[in-house]
Amino acid sequence: MATIRIPPVLRPAVGGEREINADGENVGDILRAMAVDHPGTESQLFGADGDLNRYVNVYLNDEDVRVLDGLDTAVGTADTLVILPAMAGGAR
Amino acid sequence: MPVPTPNLRNRPRGGRYGDIIESIGHTPLIELKRLSPKPGVRIWAKLESRNPTGSVKDRVGRALILDAEEKGLIRPGQTILEPTSGNTGISLAMIAAHKGYKLKVVMPDNVTPERTDLLRMYGAEIVYSEGSKGSNGAVEMALDMAEKDSSVYMPYQYGNEANPNAHYNGTALEILEELDEVSAFVAGLGTGGTLMGNGRRLKEELGDKVKIVAAEPMQGEPVQGLRSLDDGFIPPIIDLSVLDRKIFVTNQDAIIWTRKLLDEEQLFAGVSTGAIARVAMRIAGELDEGNVVFIVADDGSKYFSSGIYTRPLEEIENLDSTVWW
Repeated sequence: MATIRIPPVLRPAVGGEREINADGENVGDILRAMAVDHPGTESQLFGADGDLNRYVNVYLNDEDVRVLDGLDTAVGTADTLVILPAMAGGAR
Repeated sequence: MPVPTPNLRNRPRGGRYGDIIESIGHTPLIELKRLSPKPGVRIWAKLESRNPTGSVKDRVGRALILDAEEKGLIRPGQTILEPTSGNTGISLAMIAAHKGYKLKVVMPDNVTPERTDLLRMYGAEIVYSEGSKGSNGAVEMALDMAEKDSSVYMPYQYGNEANPNAHYNGTALEILEELDEVSAFVAGLGTGGTLMGNGRRLKEELGDKVKIVAAEPMQGEPVQGLRSLDDGFIPPIIDLSVLDRKIFVTNQDAIIWTRKLLDEEQLFAGVSTGAIARVAMRIAGELDEGNVVFIVADDGSKYFSSGIYTRPLEEIENLDSTVWW
């Protein structure tokens, strides 16, 4: 059971929770399990083609999964997924 | 007859330049021996704080304006408009003042006060955007302003290839001049210019064994003022395939490591450099040997008022609502 940290913008869709748990062997399975439990997250997390919304960053512990194996990135039971909106990256 | 002292021998790193803009770049690479996790792994800090306005963005500011001049996109005396929370604006302000352009910057209202002072010092006009929207909000406002006023020129650092090219043709070449081998290059991810430009050149010259690693700010919740995830923003110049790793760093960790650089190596650096160093050390710990190069994006002078160099972490105000880097 992995932990998923929910950003403020998505909390209304998960009953206001900051953290939820979900099962799955990889990032895609876990996010899809979350979308089944919380249907309001589906359209925000996924595009029509089932790929991750390009404005959503998902981190396995603290590493962006897009630079690892994307939705196929394997997740262990002690891992945390952090969902964050894509931001323009600070003071530039 | 004076006897030459080996430690004070002159190193050919000075140079003579036609004006302050020409002097941008040519920054030193400093070994941080105390931070090395094991023999054989060497940590190198590229001191971009040594640029004229004190940050790596001098390279980008110069490239944006010279590129615009070369392409005939800008007229003498024209107003330049740009969304920037800090260093790019400061750099553009210096260069614009030197070249006779006016500069208007759009930035969030929750940045440290030193940024405002530096911009005004070089003569820039500031328009504030909503702090809770972070840099996304500044970009949105600037794009809107540029659309409504055709007399301004917006270089748009987030989407302008002159940005990464400044590093492809500058920073990366300087690193390659000093080191035959680079196992990892670590820099902050903002516009993406530093990582894209350096990443592409280093991979071209050294192959895939050089790992390009991004340190990303984890924006505190108070600045994630988005209505939906579709309000997010990805700088157009970013190509994730250039990166091998992308690791976020919390504000807390960034500040802890900024202090560590000061306390252990007496390196006075800004908060983004603390984050970059944290990631660089993690990567260094995974290596058996090799050179790890990281960018010191700016020094700490813009962050003095926050107390991060002198007060305990728990006393730092607005830790999560400030845009630190």
